[in-house]
Amino acid sequence: MSIDVERIRADFPILTRTVRDGRPLVYLDSANTSQKPRQVIDAIEDYYARHNANIHRATHQLGEEATEAYEGARIKVANFIGAGSESEVVFTKNISEGINLVAYAMGNAATAGPEAERFRVGPGDEIVITEMEHHSNIVPWQLLAQRTGATLRWFRVTDDGRLDLSDIDELINERTKIVAVAHQSNVLGTINPIRLIADRAHAVGALVLADGAQAVPHMRVNVQELGVDFYGFTAHKLCGPTGIGVLWGRLELLETLPPFLGGGEMIETVAMEGSTFAPPPHKFEAGTMPIAEAAGLGAAIDYLTAVGIDDIADQQHELLAYALKSLTAVEGVRILGPTEAEDRGTAISFTLEGPDGREIHPHDVSQVLDAHGIAVRAGHHCARPLHRRFGVTASTRASLYFYNTPADVDALVEGLRETQKFFGSA
Amino acid sequence: MQLESMYQDIILDHYRNPHHKGLREPYDAEVHHVNPTCGDEVTLRVRLDGDEVADVSYDAMGCSISQASASVMTDLVIGRPVKDAMVTGDEFLKLMQSRGQVEPDEDILEDAVAFTGVSKYPARIKCALLAWMAWKDATAKAMEGSDS
Repeated sequence: MSIDVERIRADFPILTRTVRDGRPLVYLDSANTSQKPRQVIDAIEDYYARHNANIHRATHQLGEEATEAYEGARIKVANFIGAGSESEVVFTKNISEGINLVAYAMGNAATAGPEAERFRVGPGDEIVITEMEHHSNIVPWQLLAQRTGATLRWFRVTDDGRLDLSDIDELINERTKIVAVAHQSNVLGTINPIRLIADRAHAVGALVLADGAQAVPHMRVNVQELGVDFYGFTAHKLCGPTGIGVLWGRLELLETLPPFLGGGEMIETVAMEGSTFAPPPHKFEAGTMPIAEAAGLGAAIDYLTAVGIDDIADQQHELLAYALKSLTAVEGVRILGPTEAEDRGTAISFTLEGPDGREIHPHDVSQVLDAHGIAVRAGHHCARPLHRRFGVTASTRASLYFYNTPADVDALVEGLRETQKFFGSA
Repeated sequence: MQLESMYQDIILDHYRNPHHKGLREPYDAEVHHVNPTCGDEVTLRVRLDGDEVADVSYDAMGCSISQASASVMTDLVIGRPVKDAMVTGDEFLKLMQSRGQVEPDEDILEDAVAFTGVSKYPARIKCALLAWMAWKDATAKAMEGSDS
């Protein structure tokens, strides 16, 4: 069954508004954050209007209902990503916090008991990332390397925007403690061969974390089939609210991984001399969590499931092929990343030249597009090393979701031609 | 239309044909400033002759607003007493922070009044200020150097 995009669009109130003097909104910035359907907005409002209480500790009816909303969302997430159990699903603030959780917990392993031995990182150990990572999957590992004396290494990226796997056996070796890699690039759209990387990492005893921020909204993800140890994503890119993310981890790892943040709810017992900790996932959820946001995330997953995640993937694939064809037909457009619609998502970053052959800066491109009601992102998209790899400081990124149409792509192409006209005339 | 209010002809002219561009010797101080949100960068050198701005040279990567602003800035400060140039810089900062609510003083700002429209776009204010901030920083460093 395919998607009826017009019906989908009717679920998103924001898509009916106009911007910049009455122009219809053409929203092509979903890799930045997706828009929210009425069902998600209602779920959050309903939570606050009818069920609001703190979770796990309130013994009244509202407390039970709030806990049900929160823990119910955890079960939905577990089912959505093929987790072994909901105890493997840790709620975080966003994916940056999820990755930091793993990196800091690994740092804390140095002073934890023998059960945390496999997480210990020190001089001589190596951490492997890739050149195409978002800053959130670079900086936490740089900091971990700094704190522990470990060495940070990375996969390079080929000219056509794929991971260069030619040195995988040398890069991932017996010194490697963890490999952290994006499932899908937020700039290039490239979908990386996670299973292949995970198999190599496990062959040498290393852990694997995949950043699924751009993947989970667009394709069926099964964390067990991917073969990873940790997998993170964020709610707001899949029609959910901001303020909540997910870190999935294999249960046996979460059981022995030291805590990250200490505080209320993450403990078993506390004495002035020391504390013991709750079992996962609660060990990693200190303090009052984003409860309404969890309810919103649960509603987002219900929504995506009702639309059909496989149907979303099919629609995105078709729209991507159309967008790539349309954009490559514009003279002066250079796409960063794969130009074929295979193993590739719907984030399309590009540079644009004017008729004089001079590059038009992405900020100027996005400003002209904005004047036409078209929302894109301009800049380095939190991936400066990757932009340097391609010899540019910034790019313009159009990113699609299942509420976008071929007409949106046409508007973008028209907007780019207008941009060339605007900056081309001397 | 809104676009023209931001991209005044003066701005586009300076963008297409920037004044005083390129790094020159000699110089008293050099700074490198970046706009972390978009990655725009400027390397800027200042040479002072006593209390006067003898030369400002720069190499910049960035959007039309930041390029044009650097060009206009050099026109406004080169050959003037540092004190007067700083007054112009402060006036420009005030204009940029005004969200389009302030009537710019054309006697002080000259070509830089063209950036009034930019001040209505919060995301672009930093673009317009990048070179000015670099110039202030470099000038302060150059003056420190001459004091010691």
